[in-house]
Amino acid sequence: MTLPQPEATAHTAAVPGRAGLLRRLLRSPVAVTCLVLLVLISLAGLFAPLLTGQDPAHTSLTDSLAPMSGKHPLGGDGVGRDVLARLLYGTRTSLLGALLAVAVALVIGVPAGLVAGYYRKWFDAVSSWLANLLMAVPAIIVLLVVMSAVGQNTYIAMAVFGVLMSPGVFRLIRASVISVREELYVDAARVSGLADPRIIRRHILPVVQAPTVIQAAQMLGLGIVIQSGLEFLGLGSADQASWGSMLNDAFANIYTRPVLMVWPGVALAVTVAAFGLLGNALRDALDGSAVKARRPRGAARKRAAEKKAPSATHETSGADDALLVLEGLKVSYPTAEGEKTVVGGVSLTVRRGEVLGLVGESGSGKSQTAFAVLGLLPREARVSSGRLVFDGKELAGLGRAEMNRYRGRRIAYVPQEPMSNLDPSFRIGSQLVEPVRRHLGLSAAEARAKTLGLLERVGIADPERVFDSYPHQISGGMAQRVLIAGAVSCEPDLLIADEPTTALDVTVQAEVLDLIRSLQRERNMGVILVTHDFGVVADICDRVTVMQTGAVVESAPVRQLFAEPRHPYTRMLLSSTLEDAEPRSALGPAVPASVATSMNTARQEGPA
Amino acid sequence: MIVFLVRRIAAGLVLVLVIATTTFALMGLTGSDPVRQIVGQTATRQQVAAKSAELGLDQSFVARYGHWLSDAVHGNLGSSWFSGESVTGSLANKLPVTLSIVLAALLLAAVLSTVLGVAAAVRRGALDQLVQLLAVLGFAVPSFLVALVFAVVIGVDLGWLPATGYVPLADSAGGWLKSITLPALSLSVGAIAATAQQVRGSMVDVLRADYVRTLRSRGISERSLLFRHALRNAAPAALTVLALQFIGLVGGAVVVEKVFGLNGIGSQATTAGSQGDTPVVMGVVVVMVALVVVVNILMDLAYGWLNPKVRVG
Repeated sequence: MTLPQPEATAHTAAVPGRAGLLRRLLRSPVAVTCLVLLVLISLAGLFAPLLTGQDPAHTSLTDSLAPMSGKHPLGGDGVGRDVLARLLYGTRTSLLGALLAVAVALVIGVPAGLVAGYYRKWFDAVSSWLANLLMAVPAIIVLLVVMSAVGQNTYIAMAVFGVLMSPGVFRLIRASVISVREELYVDAARVSGLADPRIIRRHILPVVQAPTVIQAAQMLGLGIVIQSGLEFLGLGSADQASWGSMLNDAFANIYTRPVLMVWPGVALAVTVAAFGLLGNALRDALDGSAVKARRPRGAARKRAAEKKAPSATHETSGADDALLVLEGLKVSYPTAEGEKTVVGGVSLTVRRGEVLGLVGESGSGKSQTAFAVLGLLPREARVSSGRLVFDGKELAGLGRAEMNRYRGRRIAYVPQEPMSNLDPSFRIGSQLVEPVRRHLGLSAAEARAKTLGLLERVGIADPERVFDSYPHQISGGMAQRVLIAGAVSCEPDLLIADEPTTALDVTVQAEVLDLIRSLQRERNMGVILVTHDFGVVADICDRVTVMQTGAVVESAPVRQLFAEPRHPYTRMLLSSTLEDAEPRSALGPAVPASVATSMNTARQEGPA
Repeated sequence: MIVFLVRRIAAGLVLVLVIATTTFALMGLTGSDPVRQIVGQTATRQQVAAKSAELGLDQSFVARYGHWLSDAVHGNLGSSWFSGESVTGSLANKLPVTLSIVLAALLLAAVLSTVLGVAAAVRRGALDQLVQLLAVLGFAVPSFLVALVFAVVIGVDLGWLPATGYVPLADSAGGWLKSITLPALSLSVGAIAATAQQVRGSMVDVLRADYVRTLRSRGISERSLLFRHALRNAAPAALTVLALQFIGLVGGAVVVEKVFGLNGIGSQATTAGSQGDTPVVMGVVVVMVALVVVVNILMDLAYGWLNPKVRVG
């Protein structure tokens, strides 16, 4: 008995044509089952006079609560009416009533939503206010009032219910329109002098079509539910057979013949469920289109990853003073087309007090490698690793709780995007204090003092204020300092920084790098610095490991790598970063085809 | 904060006023003749006129509405045209019944949807599928049908809990709890399904968020991660859905009260509505809308408490 909630408008981004949607829908077994059921139910209602010879309104005392028989296949109800006939004719009432309600909701909601979303101004303000008002009133109370005022008529009640559901349609359409009207192509159409009605028809209606269809399916279900609820209460047209009035009659005879409840109950539940599932299937069909559009690029990357370039490693891994030794790390993700490998056999070593640059383009697997060391890959990831030895202990295969003894305490992480990496609901201070208390066993006051000291150490001028701030109240550069403070708070031995400066202003970038460098020296930490920027590498790294499409292509001390890069990919990266580089095009032929593909891979697209 | 609260309360009062006015206007339009119903078919013209004058129906619509409104502001909602009982008094008697089942249903929905939604988001797999299935069922099966099945199976066949009647809390706490369990449970099924779906969705999104990964990188416990951080961030969206669901719960109470033979505001609404008993209908509408307003303001406050951007910014 609830008004439909406004649907999220996320679907509207990638809306396929109507024909495409229908085709995809027909591929879903759930959708087909629902459609078939609904067609059968409609036909049963339509051809009710052919399916039964009985009059659904004919009462007969002798047939009161009659058992199932040839004359009454499903028996008789409390006043001797034929149950089957009432069930069949009741289908008409239910479906027509629900259709009427949905039609009214659409007729009011769609135009109002279009106008409010497209023109905004006073109409938007007034109609939004009205919509909120209507949504705040329990529908059944309004219907009770209306029925007592204008008389017991199911169809009038359903028309009014349509009015009550219209805010849901209105809000959905309005939100969709607002989201597309700012799009460039709509803007372009407006600038080029297209008339508003034409813009709405050509550009906006196609976008709102699909979500409206989904909502209509759910509203049909709701209409049937609310209608039967009213009839169950004894309201509605008395002479009309309906599922709700059958339930009312069944309720009156609930102790003598509870089976009477089953028929209308099942009819009701099946019909409403069919509408609901159909709505869900429609949504899935829409979402499916978005997934599909991304696939080709992923597939290209997979091919590239399989074609590994030979690795040119200068030194053997597993040196004596090694802090971290990683050997043969493989990470892959299951996709619709089978396993997709993103890291294919990576080995690297970090010594105590050494800064290792992990360099490569987006999609080269460097972030995935970093997360694998931290045990922070998403759940879907499949990881296999020959060895992951940290400070002499094997970490591969440790559970979450065991890993938590290392994470934060001995291996720490500085993320790329500062603002999205602070919990928006908690004050900065409490986020920083929590791990300090847990790992170092400090009291609240000690942890606070330590955290304030850390904030000062990372260059925050007013630590007390930042400590008591929420993340949305501080700047990006300050947030990155906070995250660095959080990472070093428990004096870790290894710091993994994933492009820690990419999201920052150029001026702040240098400061943050300086900070990492000075903290590293001060605490003699090992650092893995993930970056695509050889400028950053030249600034602070001791050694460099270059990755391409999921594999290490070259690993060398930083001077050596800059002086004589061995792998063509390294040379290409160097030339595209360094100021004195030759024009990129001159190197074209030296770059393997797979590089060109992976360069087109969008950053956010990977699971990193 | 105070400004926010005052504005929300003012908006709530406007809502109650608008709904009350509309209802009064609708009841004034009534096609049936309540006076004729009250005095009976055999009454004389004089009797009808006398009754009309007694109920104030001979006055203009504006005068009647003004009269009702000024009384209502002073806490007097008039008396029933049929029983003569004071509306304020009978609502006061019946409100505890409705409040009990509606608030219990809200509590059940909040707790169970959180448990189910979080479990589905964290464990995924079979449990996740179960929650999804429940969401569809909760949508498809109207609360009164659930109520009927509960009443017959649990109430009558199994005899575990009473199928009818209400025991006031003051009489017996255990009896009260037993008498409201089935009504509240059947009322809440739809709300549980819808809210659990939202909790699951928000939790899945939050658990994918960058800051959760960063929190995990600091080695904080899984429990703190899930229940302190993730749930806190998933809660506002779930709360919005729950607030909408509450409106449905109030409406659903009307039907559920009938099934379980509870003499609450809902069953009063049904009777008064079918009789055209304007004062009672007005009283019921005002109380129910006020209930929705109050709960929504409380939810807004909780929302503000959960979401620092709303609170501080």
